[in-house]
Amino acid sequence: MSLILDLFTIVCVAIGLIFFAAGTTGLLRFPDALTRLHALTKADNLGLGFVVLGLLPQTGSLFDALKLVLVWMLVQFAGATGAQLVAMVLRKEGGGK
Amino acid sequence: MADFLTAFLMLAACGVLALVVIGMVRILRGPSRADRLMAAQLLGSGSVAIILLLAFAGGRSAFVDIALTLALLAAFASVAFSLNALGGGSGAGEP
Amino acid sequence: MILALLFDTLLAVAMIVVAVWMISVKNAFAAIIDFMVFGLLLALAWLRIEAPDVGLTEIAIGSGATGVILLRARGLARDRDEMSATPSIGFKILVGALCGGVTLGLAALVLMPPDPAPTLAYAAAENLHLTGVGNPITAVLMAYRAFDTFLETVVVLLALLGVWSLTPDRFWGGRPGPAPAASVPAPLTFLAQWLVPLGVLIGIYIFWIGADEPGGKFQGATILAAMWVLLMMAGLTDAPPVTSRRLRAALLVGPAVFMAVGIAGFWLAGDFLAYPPDFAKPVIIVIEAAMLISVAAALGMLLAGPPMRESEP
Repeated sequence: MSLILDLFTIVCVAIGLIFFAAGTTGLLRFPDALTRLHALTKADNLGLGFVVLGLLPQTGSLFDALKLVLVWMLVQFAGATGAQLVAMVLRKEGGGK
Repeated sequence: MADFLTAFLMLAACGVLALVVIGMVRILRGPSRADRLMAAQLLGSGSVAIILLLAFAGGRSAFVDIALTLALLAAFASVAFSLNALGGGSGAGEP
Repeated sequence: MILALLFDTLLAVAMIVVAVWMISVKNAFAAIIDFMVFGLLLALAWLRIEAPDVGLTEIAIGSGATGVILLRARGLARDRDEMSATPSIGFKILVGALCGGVTLGLAALVLMPPDPAPTLAYAAAENLHLTGVGNPITAVLMAYRAFDTFLETVVVLLALLGVWSLTPDRFWGGRPGPAPAASVPAPLTFLAQWLVPLGVLIGIYIFWIGADEPGGKFQGATILAAMWVLLMMAGLTDAPPVTSRRLRAALLVGPAVFMAVGIAGFWLAGDFLAYPPDFAKPVIIVIEAAMLISVAAALGMLLAGPPMRESEP
């Protein structure tokens, strides 16, 4: 059982890493600011999301597990509203080039 | 297996750190201020992930509270930046 | 462990690159972003050398609050020439020389440490149980070095007085910061409505666990102040006028309680700032709670800035 949980952790954290890699690649390679913003939110949501998901089986108590989920939720709030606000700035300043 | 898992989590922390540090090239290149801010945001979420990975790789549950604080304050840079740029609250937008 | 070495090397190289970059970049906005990023990396470094208390403080105050203060200052400086003027060459050289001197001094200490290194750690750890506090950092700050901690909170208050002293005469007595925006972006209102209740809870939690785990009044207060400022930025509340009695009471309650306990120590425990042995922990918690209110109020008003609009009749 523990082996399966550890494998789950490894697979999920590895997927999280892939999304961080995608976020970085997009941030560096995408042609304009709005598409780069899109790439960034993938790292925020899914990269951290999969890392948190992978770490959940390793927590010692329900309280710790809830704290992990709360960390992810807070980054969701920050990422979602931050992306909206930055997009508004980009639209105002024209085109996002 | 436990040792292997610890090593894997540490390796993952190295990986995330390397990725977000590479992403910092956007701070240098810009071109817009939003681009620079985005690179910092990526480093922010990356740091949350790194702190969590370090917490479980090193058995330091106290680090989770630190990640919690960082996650809570993550939005503030974007908010302060966009309020300035949108002209809300503090003066006109920068050319 | 080779992986730990890899992580630390990567971190150290990244920090040096960001530091050089932050100094050399011409664009002020990029320099501010670099400063915030450097703060995050520095916090990771503190965690790696087993100093989570310092790491938490760096995240809350060093990177978070200071970064937002700098961004807001940059936003305000645009219209005013004298605030965005570049310093003269001589001034730059002076600053560079002073910073270089500090760096060399620190480097000398790190590279040539006194042997044996002077330490009070063993004596401090041996008597930790007398304070009733589980986190050694909190015990040192509140019991062994209470006077330093008292002065630190007074320093925050002095910083606020410094900011308030920048108020133009005609605005004195008004509310801090520029007038709230006529229309607030909807996502910001949403963020404030959802994040603030959670944030207040987390702020109190971080304050409360400070007795036994990394955390405490400064970090908790920064979170509370950040939530207050978020409400102000979202236009859901306005900053109180600088002449508000409630504000001033909140600013002073921490140092006042600390001072009162300190003087009471003469009768109860025989010395200034000595705690009665059986009640050390409750007394420390009362002081910390009062300080939490004062530091949160002071940091919130620091983030809000000096009064910049007409006071209401």
